[in-house]
Amino acid sequence: MKTRILGFVAVGGVAAMLAVALFLAPADLNQGDAQRIMYPHVASAWLGYLSFGVTALAGILWLWRRDLRFDAVAVAGAEIGVIFTAFAIWGGMMWGRPVWGVFWQWEDPRLTTTALLLALYVGYLLFRRLTDDPERRATRAAIVGIVAAVDIPIVHFSVEWWRGLHQTATIGSPDRVLNPAAPMVFVGTLLGMLGAFTLAWAYLMIRRYQLARAELAHEETVRRQRIQAARAPHPAPTSTEVAR
Amino acid sequence: MTDAGFVIAAYAVIVGGLALYTVTLWRRLRAVQRHDDEGR
Repeated sequence: MKTRILGFVAVGGVAAMLAVALFLAPADLNQGDAQRIMYPHVASAWLGYLSFGVTALAGILWLWRRDLRFDAVAVAGAEIGVIFTAFAIWGGMMWGRPVWGVFWQWEDPRLTTTALLLALYVGYLLFRRLTDDPERRATRAAIVGIVAAVDIPIVHFSVEWWRGLHQTATIGSPDRVLNPAAPMVFVGTLLGMLGAFTLAWAYLMIRRYQLARAELAHEETVRRQRIQAARAPHPAPTSTEVAR
Repeated sequence: MTDAGFVIAAYAVIVGGLALYTVTLWRRLRAVQRHDDEGR
C-alpha cells in the first residue's frame, strides 16, 4: 500500500516537473529550447550512477553476508540503471544535435565511457542468465557488478581528466552548489526534476526488488517439484511393456 | 528538425519509456505471482 502511494506521488511529481521544465522555466539565451532536455538528461544520468552504485554495494553485501535479498537488490539496481543510463544517452543525443551539431562523438571521453557503462551493465544482466543456481549466479554477478562499478567515477570525472566536447559539471563540487555555473532558475528546475525522478526510481527499485524475490521463490518451487518428481517411485511396467 | 522537435523527441522517449517500463514491471510481477498461485 505504501509503495502504491509512493507510485502516485512519483507520477504527480514527474507530471508537475514536466510542466515546469517544458512551460514555466525560461528558454536558455544561447541554447534556446534545447536546454530543456538537460533536466531529464542530467537526472537520468545521476540515477544511473546511483543504481549501479547500489548494485555494487549489494554485491559486496551478498559476498559478505550470503543473503539472497542483496542479490535481488543488485539485479534491481542493474536493470533500472540500464534504463536510466539509456535515457541519459538518448537525452544527450537529442540535446547534442541542435547544440553541438552532432548526435554523438566517439572521441569524447564522457560519451564513450557512458556507452561503456551501459554495455557493462547490459552484459551484467545477460551474464546472470548463464546459470540457474541462485547462489552461483549471485556470486558471479556480484563480482561483475563490483568490477563494472569502477567505470562510474571514470564517467563522472572524465570531463575533468580529459578534454572533450562535453562540458564540465554544473554543480559537481561543493563550491559549485552555492555558486553554480547556471542561473538558479535552471538549477532549481534541475533539482526539482531530480527529486521527481528519484521518487520514480525508488518506486521502480521496490517493484523490481519484489519481482526478483518472487522469481527466486518461483525458481525454488520449481526446483522442489523437480526433486520430488525425481524421487517419486516409478510405476511398475505394464504387461505390454514387459512383453516388448 | 527544430529545437522543439528535439525536445519533444527527448521527452517522449524518456517519459514514455519510464511509463512503459513501469507497466511492464507491474505485469511481470503479476505474472510471477499468478503462476505461483496456480502452482499451489
